[in-house]
Amino acid sequence: MMAWAISQDNSLAPGSLAFDEVTVEIGGVAIQLWTRDSGFRKVIEERYEGFVNPEALPECRFEIQLTSNRHSGDTDEDVSVFKCGSKWCLKRGDFQAEWDLESRTGWIRQCANPYSIDSVLRITHSLLLAMQGGFQLHASSAIRNGHAFLFAGVSGVGKTTMASLAPSDAVVLTDEISYVRRIDSGYRAYGTPFAGELGRPGANLSAPLQQACLLRQGERNRLRKVSQAEAIRSLMRHVLFFARDNELVEQVLDAVVNFASRVEVVEMEFTPDRRAWELIQ
Amino acid sequence: MKNCYIARSRSVAARQLGEEMVIMSAQDSTLFNLNPVATLIWLGADGHTPLETIVQQRICSTFEVDLEEALQDAQQFVSELAAHGVLLLGEAPISDANAEMAKLP
Repeated sequence: MMAWAISQDNSLAPGSLAFDEVTVEIGGVAIQLWTRDSGFRKVIEERYEGFVNPEALPECRFEIQLTSNRHSGDTDEDVSVFKCGSKWCLKRGDFQAEWDLESRTGWIRQCANPYSIDSVLRITHSLLLAMQGGFQLHASSAIRNGHAFLFAGVSGVGKTTMASLAPSDAVVLTDEISYVRRIDSGYRAYGTPFAGELGRPGANLSAPLQQACLLRQGERNRLRKVSQAEAIRSLMRHVLFFARDNELVEQVLDAVVNFASRVEVVEMEFTPDRRAWELIQ
Repeated sequence: MKNCYIARSRSVAARQLGEEMVIMSAQDSTLFNLNPVATLIWLGADGHTPLETIVQQRICSTFEVDLEEALQDAQQFVSELAAHGVLLLGEAPISDANAEMAKLP
C-alpha cells in the first residue's frame, strides 16, 4: 500500500491520505486503480481475479472517487470520449473520468458499481491499444493447439455459444471482448476478464492469432475465405470504438487493415453444436 | 446543383482497398463502403474540380455511361454522403482549410 493524496485539481501529489491500490493487467497492459474505500478495492480484486498483478508496471494510474448511490446515473446512456489538450475525457451517465496522456494519471468519479469501472477499463484499453496498433473486438476467442481463434459477430449470432461448446483441449480467452495486440510482425489474442452471457472471466493467457471467424449460423459447418475488403468491413463493425477523434479513427482503421492483411479472416457457417469445433484446428 | 464542388471532410479516415473505399466517420464511427464508381468520385473530391468535370473525366471516360445520367446519380450520391458529414458540398471551390486534402494511401 502506498500513501498518495489527490488534490482538488485532480493532479497526483505525495501526501498523507492512504489509498489502496490494485493493478489490473489485461493483455500485458497494466492499469493501476487507487481507492480509499477498502470495500471497493475488494470488489475490484474479486471482479478481476486472475488479472490482478501487483508486480506489473502500470501504463496509467486512476484514482477512483466514489460518489453516493443517489448520484449514480444511467448505464444505458451513450458514452462520450473526447480529447481535450493532453487529456482524454470519458463520460457516461454513471461515471466521469479524465486521463492525462503526459502524466499517465487520472481520476474516475463513479458510484460503487463494478459495471462502471468495467467500462472505464474497456475504454482506456481501447485508447491504449489503438496507439499500439491493436484493438478490442466484440468476439469470443480461444486457444487451441497453441494458436488463438476469434469468433466475431453481432449479438445473438453465437459468440458465447462457441465459447461454451469449446472442447476440453481448448482454452476460452473470453466470450465477449477479445483483446488483440500487434506483436512484431503478427498478432496475439489475450484473455480478458470481461464476461458475456457465459458469466465467467476468460483465462489470462495469450497465443498468436491464427484465424478470425465471422460467425453465421447455418445448417452445416464450413469455412469460406473472404476478401480483404469484406474482412475489413466486417471486422470494423465489431471493433470497440468510443472516441470522436480523427487521429484515433485513423489508427483504428489502419490497425484493422493491417490485421486483415496478416491474419486469415473467414466466414464461419456453423451449427450451434460441438461439431462446429471440428473446423477449429 | 449546377456549380457543385465536393471535398473530403477532415473528420473521416479513408482507405482504398483495390477499387473500393472504406470510410469511417470520426463523428459517429459510421462506416461507409464505396463501390468502384463512387470511389472514383471520392478520389476526385479535391474541392476545386466541379462535380460535372469529375464525372466526365473519371466516370464517363471509364464506363460507357451518358453524362447527364451519371451526373444525376453522382449528385444523389454526394448529397447522401454530405448528409453524413463525410463530404463537403459547395457552389464555389472549397478551401483546404475546410476540407481534407491529405494524401490518400
